[in-house]
Amino acid sequence: MFSLEFVAASSIGVLTAAGIYLILRARTFPVVLGVTLLTYAVNAFLFAMGRLAVNLPPLIAEGAAGYADPLPQALVLTSIVISFGMTALLVVLALRAWLESGSDHVDLEATDPDARREEP
Amino acid sequence: MNHWLVLPLLVPALVAPLIALLARRGIVPARILSVASALMVLVLAAILLGMAADGEIRTYALGNWPAPFGIVLVLDRLSALMLVLTGVLGLFVLLYAINGWDRRGEHFHSLFQFQLLGLNGAFLTGDLFNLFVFFEVLLIASYGLMVHGGGAARVRAGVQYVVINLVGSTVFLFAIGVIYGVTGTLNMADLAVKVGELAPGDQALLQTGALLLLLVFAIKAALVPVQFWLPGTYGNAPPPVAALFAIMTKVGAYSIIRMYTLVFGGGAGDAAWIAGPWLLPAALATLVIGMLGVLAARSLGQMVSFAVLGSVGTLLTAVSILTPQAMSAALFYLAHSTLTAAALFLLVDIVASRRPGQEDALTVAPPFAQAGVIAGAFFLAAIAFTGLPPLSGFLGKLLILDSIRDGAVAVWVWSLVLSTSLIAIIGFARGGSTLFWKSTAVEGAFESTAQPVALPMIAVGLLLAGLVLLTAFAGPVTAYLDLTAGQLFAPMHYIDAVLGEGRGS
Repeated sequence: MFSLEFVAASSIGVLTAAGIYLILRARTFPVVLGVTLLTYAVNAFLFAMGRLAVNLPPLIAEGAAGYADPLPQALVLTSIVISFGMTALLVVLALRAWLESGSDHVDLEATDPDARREEP
Repeated sequence: MNHWLVLPLLVPALVAPLIALLARRGIVPARILSVASALMVLVLAAILLGMAADGEIRTYALGNWPAPFGIVLVLDRLSALMLVLTGVLGLFVLLYAINGWDRRGEHFHSLFQFQLLGLNGAFLTGDLFNLFVFFEVLLIASYGLMVHGGGAARVRAGVQYVVINLVGSTVFLFAIGVIYGVTGTLNMADLAVKVGELAPGDQALLQTGALLLLLVFAIKAALVPVQFWLPGTYGNAPPPVAALFAIMTKVGAYSIIRMYTLVFGGGAGDAAWIAGPWLLPAALATLVIGMLGVLAARSLGQMVSFAVLGSVGTLLTAVSILTPQAMSAALFYLAHSTLTAAALFLLVDIVASRRPGQEDALTVAPPFAQAGVIAGAFFLAAIAFTGLPPLSGFLGKLLILDSIRDGAVAVWVWSLVLSTSLIAIIGFARGGSTLFWKSTAVEGAFESTAQPVALPMIAVGLLLAGLVLLTAFAGPVTAYLDLTAGQLFAPMHYIDAVLGEGRGS
C-alpha cells in the first residue's frame, strides 16, 4: 500500500521532529532522549542515501543489474559508534551537573523553581 | 609517497595513550611526554611549512588506497599555516598549564594530546567524512578539557557545550548525506569535479547540502545567529583550555575557507561562491554583537570571550568577500587573532589567581602582586587586539580594509569595522583601567595564595613575542599568505594533485 520510500522518508521526518522537540525542552533528560532520536534519524537518513533498493547484491555479482552501495553502511557504522559514545558522555555529564548544581536545566540561567533539587 | 604528512597525527596519537598508561606514576612523566610531543608537533609543522612553501601540493594516501576510494591527507600552504599555528599555540598553552592547572583534574595531558591530534587531522584531511571524524576527535577531547577541574558552573556550561555540538554533528551528518546522495563521493577534490558536472535537477539538493554544511561550520566558528554557546563556554572553561580553544573557532573558519573555495568555488556551476551572500551579513552581525559584549562585560573572562566573538566576525567578513586579496588579509588576521586571544585568556587566569574573592571581576580592589608586569602585558595584548598601531592587529585590520574597496559592501565593512574597533578600545580601556589603574589608589592588599612562578609569565611573553614577530616580519608573512590565497583560488592544482594529472581542468 505504502511505498518503501514513503515509509522511510516519513519515519526519518517523524524521528527528526520528535528529536528537535525534545531538545528544545532544555532539560537534560528530554535533551538526551532528543539527541538519541536525532541520531537515529540521521543514521537512517545516511543509510537511505545509498538509495533504497531490494534484492541487489552487496558490491558485485555476475549478471546483476546493479549493486547496493556499501559506503553509506560504513558511514552509518562510524556515526553509530560516535553517537553512542557521545550519548553516554552526555548522560554522565548531565548527572554530574545535576548533582553539583542541583539543576537539570541545559540553559545557564535556571529561573524555574521546579528545577531545584530537593535537599534531603 | 611522502610520509612526513602523517607524522603530526601519529605523534600525539601515540603519546596520548602512553600518558594515560603512565597516569599512576604521577604528573612528572606526563608533563615531560606532553611537552616533548607538543614540541615535536611544532617542529614537524615547521618542516611541513618549509615543504609546502614551494607551492607543490603533497598528498598521502592512507593505507595506500588511491583517491577517491581511500582517504587522503593533503598538504598545501593553508594546511601548513594552520598546523604551525596549532603547534605554536599548543606548546605555549601547555607551558602555561604545567604550572598547576594540569593537576586540578585527571588526564589533562592525554586529552590535550588528543585535542592536538583532532586539530592536526582536521587541517590535513582531504575527505569530507574524515573531516567529520576529526571534528569528533577534537570535540571529544574538548569536552573533557572543558570540564577539567570541575565545579558546578563549569559542568553546567559543559553540558550546554556538549549538547550544542552534538546537534551540530547531527546537522553535519545530514549535510554529508545530502551531498553524498547527489554526487556519490566525499573526497573533496572529487567533489569539486562532480559538483561542476551535476545535472540541473540535483542542484536544489546540492545547494541545501552546501548551506547545511555552512551552518555546521558557522556553529564551530560561533557566527551569529549560532554564536550563543561561545561566551558561556569560553568564560567557564579553565583559562588555559580557553586559550587552546582560541584555535577551535578557527577550525570552523578553516573549513569554510577550504570547502567554499575548493568545492563550491568558481568551478561549481550554479552553486559557485554559494557561501558569500549568507556569510557577509552574519559575519558583520557577529562583529557588532561581539564588540558590544566587550563593552557590556562585567568580568575580564567574559570580556575576552566576547572579544573572540568580535574577532571571528572580522575574520569571516574578510573571508566572505571571496577574493584572493581579502583572503590573504583574512589569513593574516586569523594568525594574529589566535595568538592574541590565547594571550588574553592566559592573562585572565594570571589576574584571577592573584585576586582571591574577586577573581577576574571588573571591580576596583586593592592592588595585587606583580600588577605592573601584568598590566604591561595586558596593555600590549589589548593594543594588538583592538587594532591600534604598532602591533599586528593594526596591520590585520588595515589589510582587510584595504582589500575591500568597491561597492556598497565596502561602505558596510569600513564603517562597521572602524566603529566596532572604537567600541573595543573603549571596552578594553575601561577594563584595564578598572583592574590596574584605579586599584593603585585603594588601600590594602590581597592575601596572595599564588606563588609568583616564572613559567606562566614566560608563556604569555612568548605569545606576545609571537605577535611582535608577526608584525616585524609582516612583509615575508603576507608574501606567503598572498601565495596561499592564490593557491586557494586556483583549485585545479589541488584536484590534479589528489586525483592525478588532467582532472582539474
